[in-house]
Amino acid sequence: MTTPAPPDLLYSETEDDLRAAVRSLLTDRGGPTAALAEAETGRPYDPDLWRSLATGMGTAGLLVPERLGGQGATAREAAVVLEELGRSVAAVPYLTSAVLAVRTLLGCDTARPEVAGPLAALADGTRVGALAVPLPTAPGGAPHGTVRGGAGLSGEITSVAGAAGADVLLVPADSGLYAVDATAPGVTVTPVTPLDLTRPLARVTLTGATATLLAEPARARTAVADALLTGAGLLASEQLGLAEWCLAETVRYTGGRHQFGRPVGSFQALKHRLAALWLDIVSARATARNAADALATGSPDTAVAVAVAQAHCGEVAVRAAQECVQLHGGIGMTWEHPAHLYLKRAKSDQIALGTPGRHRETLARLVDLPGPAG
Amino acid sequence: MSGPTTSPKDGAAAARSGGTDATALDADALRRRVADLLTTHDPATTDRLDFLRARFDAGLAWIHFPEGLGGLGAPRALQQVVDQALEAGGAPDNAPRRIGIGLGMAAPTLLRHGTDAQRRRFLRPLWTGEEVWCQLFSEPGAGSDLAALATRATRDGEGDGWIVDGQKVWTSQAHLARWGILLARTDPDLPKHRGITYFVCDMTDPGVDVRPLRQITGEAEFNEVFLTGVRIPDTHRLGGVGEGWQVARTTLMNERVAIGGARVPRESGMIGLVADTWRRQPELRTHDLHQRLLKLWVDAEAARLTAERLGRQLALGQPGPEGSGMKLAFARLNQEISGLEVELLAEEGLGYDDWTLTRPELVDFTGRDAGYRYLRAKGNSIEGGTSEVLLNIIAERVLGLPPEPRTDKDAAWKDLPR
Repeated sequence: MTTPAPPDLLYSETEDDLRAAVRSLLTDRGGPTAALAEAETGRPYDPDLWRSLATGMGTAGLLVPERLGGQGATAREAAVVLEELGRSVAAVPYLTSAVLAVRTLLGCDTARPEVAGPLAALADGTRVGALAVPLPTAPGGAPHGTVRGGAGLSGEITSVAGAAGADVLLVPADSGLYAVDATAPGVTVTPVTPLDLTRPLARVTLTGATATLLAEPARARTAVADALLTGAGLLASEQLGLAEWCLAETVRYTGGRHQFGRPVGSFQALKHRLAALWLDIVSARATARNAADALATGSPDTAVAVAVAQAHCGEVAVRAAQECVQLHGGIGMTWEHPAHLYLKRAKSDQIALGTPGRHRETLARLVDLPGPAG
Repeated sequence: MSGPTTSPKDGAAAARSGGTDATALDADALRRRVADLLTTHDPATTDRLDFLRARFDAGLAWIHFPEGLGGLGAPRALQQVVDQALEAGGAPDNAPRRIGIGLGMAAPTLLRHGTDAQRRRFLRPLWTGEEVWCQLFSEPGAGSDLAALATRATRDGEGDGWIVDGQKVWTSQAHLARWGILLARTDPDLPKHRGITYFVCDMTDPGVDVRPLRQITGEAEFNEVFLTGVRIPDTHRLGGVGEGWQVARTTLMNERVAIGGARVPRESGMIGLVADTWRRQPELRTHDLHQRLLKLWVDAEAARLTAERLGRQLALGQPGPEGSGMKLAFARLNQEISGLEVELLAEEGLGYDDWTLTRPELVDFTGRDAGYRYLRAKGNSIEGGTSEVLLNIIAERVLGLPPEPRTDKDAAWKDLPR
């Protein structure tokens, strides 16, 4: 068992500054309370917030080199943005457009105008993209062949995150990867009612839809696999931010809520649970940073780092959200309190881009711990 | 011999560690001093103890200590430069693991609270290992609640000293020790934290009776120490009368530092051992064990990365509260992983290597067989602060949750129920 070179698991000053800017924007826009109001509008996302975050602050182009119209930053900076988005359960298509769709395009030949064009538009946030695969797809598990090419694309893809509200869909098909304009004839995007009210899901139906070929099948597979790996690795940072909010809010609440003549947070039964959760989050931060750093540096350890981060952070975020609901008591069960948004996001994130169990199975292969024969 | 060139990193580390003085020693200056020592005391021809004494006198023992006490007042971060240069020169070390209590707990306390005479008397033989130290803190009636301790120190009627009576427990190295750092109650009428005084106890006093304490592994790492009419001169008191609790905090803070924060490679420790068994013996594998092994592998890797992150923070002089969590995490992991390994080994897990009462000088949690590791790991969540107390500390000091209401803090010690 070899140990990779020490990763940089801390936050740089630039990353701290970026975090402060994103947090300030999200706080100004009302934080979790606004997220609840937004969820009830039925819109896939808040276009004003997206414009400020993606275009105004330039975060949509963090993963894109400057020569291709982006900011030339790395997965480390995108991870910090996702931490803050998780902390505020903001309904913006950052993971689906600025990470999954952008990374898919970056995996294609960016010298070709049909790739560079949409990439630049996603990088400056003026257009929104979505990778048309079911959200539960784990890295390495990309389904191909459900959509068939020909004169036009035909087929159906379920549970596509961010498809509702997307301008361009990146569709893996049997004959390669295609770009499909969401408004083109033969494209139907049918929203489904999601468990997570802050991340829209839709069924994408294509009936002879006009499409532009972005990559041949082999390149398409690599591009999609790389995008899913990046997405899974960075999702860990969203889960981290989400869990941190749940802990901080629960500590605040139990410190002020009195029963039996004492703050309920002074009872050991609650303190021990919160301290244990803090421990979980401390280690979640180490694994999420490790995944972001591996993705940023192209480390040979990236697949292990991502699988560890997903196997760990997916569980920690759910535990944090569940503890948040339980330790808030009755108010945690209400629609009015935002705790439920975090629980729903955490539970959906646990399924997104591979469940913790699936990532552990991946690890079994990667680190040579095979299961029993047969 | 030409030393390696100084990297800019060394300079930066020195600046951060408080080396603001323009005349502060840099890595090159330290390497020159090491070279001088190696010239005047060639390790190949110098007696080990003579070399260690010369190293101490040259200020190269612990360079962050003051001059004259084994140090040079240099940044602690540069100690590794000295250690590496000495190792490269073939110098003997002071077997630091054998004298961990002296180095990690007694020495910082002596430095911070000792008189000049005490520091000069004790620090040199402590560092060279000529005199082993032990810690006489815990008692049968004072574990997590250490401040409740009942060992009494009363003024010796005849002179300027003290007479100590009581019982201490979980004392490692007591059977080898020349000195013990001792907490004793000097005023039972005061609240418990205020009536304690800190002493250096002579372990060769006829009133000191050290008995091995056999533990669940069959061995006896620790001792019980019975103190009957032990005489301690007042010159062996550390800090003021009744100020022992504040002095002890220095010792205990250093204990926590010593326990947390070490860097570990992937699959080191318990998880590496069970992973090896898993790979070597496919016939033992079941689906259930596979799922549990993978979960523990992820947890161990997450803990390793957390330690890695903490280590980086410490190196940059930004200690985070993460340190207080590492001991908790490793205690749980050690217990769960070793438990899984015994189960995995099945028939072999039914056996045990040796129940003979032995007295190991050093403890290796991963030493011996899986059954031993399983039993020894039970202590990891008790020794050095129980996991339950550590969770309280995290909840109150890191998260800022309100303390439990307490009735024992302001009452006279003698009135507390025992």
